[in-house]
Amino acid sequence: MTQPLQIAGRELRSRLLLGTGGFARLETLGHAIDACECELVTVAMRRIDPAAQGSLLDVIGSRGVDVLPNTAGCFTARDAVLTAQLAREALQTDWVKLEVIGDERTLLPDAPELLAAAEQLVDDGFVVLPYTNDDPVLARRLEDAGCAAVMPLGSPIGSGMGIANPANIVLIVEAAGVPVILDAGVGTASDATFAMELGCDAVLCASAISRAVDPVAMAHAIRHAVHAGVLARGAGRIARRTHARASSPLRDIAEFAE
Amino acid sequence: MIYVNGQPTAGMENATISELLRGLDIDPETAGIAVAVDAEIARRGAWPTHTLPDGARVEIVTATQGG
Repeated sequence: MTQPLQIAGRELRSRLLLGTGGFARLETLGHAIDACECELVTVAMRRIDPAAQGSLLDVIGSRGVDVLPNTAGCFTARDAVLTAQLAREALQTDWVKLEVIGDERTLLPDAPELLAAAEQLVDDGFVVLPYTNDDPVLARRLEDAGCAAVMPLGSPIGSGMGIANPANIVLIVEAAGVPVILDAGVGTASDATFAMELGCDAVLCASAISRAVDPVAMAHAIRHAVHAGVLARGAGRIARRTHARASSPLRDIAEFAE
Repeated sequence: MIYVNGQPTAGMENATISELLRGLDIDPETAGIAVAVDAEIARRGAWPTHTLPDGARVEIVTATQGG
């Protein structure tokens, strides 16, 4: 019914990507992956705990989905590049969700470091999907650097504030020659629908699902929401007007005696 | 003395990466782990022969939950 998403020559039937952060239990993560019907799930790279090794990747592998490592926690291009290289070595994938954060309070991207890291990783053969501000100019610069997609935030990571600046998301979508994946800020299903209605190619959710009261139910809801948004975008919404436009005829209205 | 994931670790200088991993009860064949030594990636194929100099700073990482 809808076209598959193409990123760097790979075809993805699902337009929902799932972040694995925030799930209280791995069993719930597994059920949420099933409910999302996603094909890519993000993971972070951290120092190993020898007592805990393997279990996350076992859950992901058992669901038949692929990992998309991120560089969360990196504040510099240097650290992000090294983290991506470690992820490639550990997980046998040259795809990376590039995150270079400017400060801990907002977790907003550090634009100069992000662009520098993107350039280095593209040169090193990575398929780079950068988490970026809702800045159309930076998105264009990242695309020009060779990124395979751009992932603008709707609002800060984990905030659940939805899409704070839809006009900028539209500007990014209109200019982009690579897929636009809305990343961060989704709080509930309607935010995901809105992203797709604005023309985004996909949505990445983590906290909206993992920290919902019922994560698996929210995973179902957001999967349907993404699909609804795709359909609505294709159907073409009506233009906004400042005045009413009657949907019932204004003629031949019965007149009643006083 | 070397430093493994930030922790001072005695007796492992001049060990190979594979020996270090076994010493930490990590099977070097485990999928999903990667090692950096002094901010350079140590390829898995080199672990049996890559010896760790005194003062080496070793990072051993794996995938964990994250958005």
